[in-house]
Amino acid sequence: MENLQLPPKPEKSLFKKIRAIFITLLVIAMYVWTFVGIDIDWGRAIERSISNFHRVVPKLFSPDWAAAGDVGLAMLETVFIAFAGSLMAAVLAVPLSFLAAQNMMGGKVVSTIGKWILSAIRAFPDLILAILFVVAVGPNAFAGVLAIAIGSTGMLGKMFSEIIESIDMDVVQAMEANGANKIQILFYGVIPQITPEFLSYAIYRFEVDIRASSILGIVGAGGIGTMIVFASSNRNWNEMGMILLAIIIVVTVIDFASARIRRKIV
Amino acid sequence: MTNENQSLVQKSVPLYPAKTKMQVTIIFFVVLGIYAFSMFWTQKEMVNGFGGALGNMYVVIEKFFPPNLSILPAIWNAMMQTIQMAIIATTVAAILTVPLAVLSAQNITTFKPLYVLTRTFLNLLRTIPDLVLAVIFVGLFGVGVFPGILALTIFSLGILAKLISETIESVDMNPLEAMRASGGNVFQVIWYALVPQVLPQFTSLVLYVFEINIRASVVLGLVGAGGIGLVLNQQLKFYNYPNAMTVILVIFAVVLIIEYISNKIREALI
Repeated sequence: MENLQLPPKPEKSLFKKIRAIFITLLVIAMYVWTFVGIDIDWGRAIERSISNFHRVVPKLFSPDWAAAGDVGLAMLETVFIAFAGSLMAAVLAVPLSFLAAQNMMGGKVVSTIGKWILSAIRAFPDLILAILFVVAVGPNAFAGVLAIAIGSTGMLGKMFSEIIESIDMDVVQAMEANGANKIQILFYGVIPQITPEFLSYAIYRFEVDIRASSILGIVGAGGIGTMIVFASSNRNWNEMGMILLAIIIVVTVIDFASARIRRKIV
Repeated sequence: MTNENQSLVQKSVPLYPAKTKMQVTIIFFVVLGIYAFSMFWTQKEMVNGFGGALGNMYVVIEKFFPPNLSILPAIWNAMMQTIQMAIIATTVAAILTVPLAVLSAQNITTFKPLYVLTRTFLNLLRTIPDLVLAVIFVGLFGVGVFPGILALTIFSLGILAKLISETIESVDMNPLEAMRASGGNVFQVIWYALVPQVLPQFTSLVLYVFEINIRASVVLGLVGAGGIGLVLNQQLKFYNYPNAMTVILVIFAVVLIIEYISNKIREALI
């Protein structure tokens, strides 16, 4: 075995070596900064967890069935918020995605502006949007709908524009060569190519929005989040267990259904 | 769409069969119906209805603007704490995700019950929203950064393990088989044949999850789990909207900058 030798490794250029060292130092510096900066009160966390463990964890696993009705109703509202919000987003995202796609509106300037708008929308977390809309329309479920609608528009618009950019342009060119006008190209050349994937992403977004809308109630925007706040401030962990169970069941069912539908569409 | 289809019918053979058209129409109306009902349901507690809401939008702008920029130095530390929370959570999740991802990849874990078990566990983990985890951990460990980091870690573990196991499932199996055929054990096969294939995607996905974590960690403070959200929550409770707006703008800027950097790194990687 000893006389077997591996071929020598290719020499790395000086630039690559320096770059590797530089990146390593940067990463080390980042971690040093992080671990020096963060202060976790380990003593308190451990002490608290020991005294709280039996008060919290077993109760989470014995859900309060008496609250099932209320929880179910709140969960239903959550589903409605997600549905209305993601449908609105799916409609709003279409024009924005055409604006952001490089092969549609012509010109890099327009598409760059479109992409900027979309990433600006995406930079707001859903809950921050919900805070703004709660101030605007009051603490109710509709604030949640608006927050979900705007929040999802950013993400869906980006996905949609990527789909549009990946279509087969030969079809469009062939139609152009045959003298079709813009509207005809749009309806017979572009839309048939993008519809299945658009639908698939919109349905996927509905899945994501179910999760997002279940926490919006924390800032007062309706749905099951409202109950989460009450249950945690009352330390009613049995009810929290019920809420958790409801979220897990609904999310799982909707994930499953949406996966089935998406497989059929694409 | 339907108008276009009808004009086609008159001219030539229909583009879509009548049954499909029927189905699409029914689905369309069902979706529209649920939408109308959802709109009705979510607006029933609203005082002025939809019109009032739109009218109120300018009130928001009036309340939130101009942001009070003089508190910027005061919120700087909280923002840094948020970033640090996200870094720690992403790192821990990236380490913990390796065994989970390997175990939930069908082409590596050939023992089916183990694969199904890990998959189910990860699927369950992913159904729980991050803030709900944070609420529970705050109840368990008290207010502070620790429950926040824990919630982020577990939340991102679910996403990361799923994405990476999918990457593992799509690798070229030939090098792995060659390794195995020449007598490599499980760890040698994974280290020399699998790791080089998935490492770029792994790094890219970790960065992607880091972005998600940054966005998630800014709101964790709303339930008492540390970081900038804590400051935001206080300002909102005092109805101090100009201060809250400054916090929101800082969050906006930080999220944009981190996404930009992470996008550049990911482009360079793949």
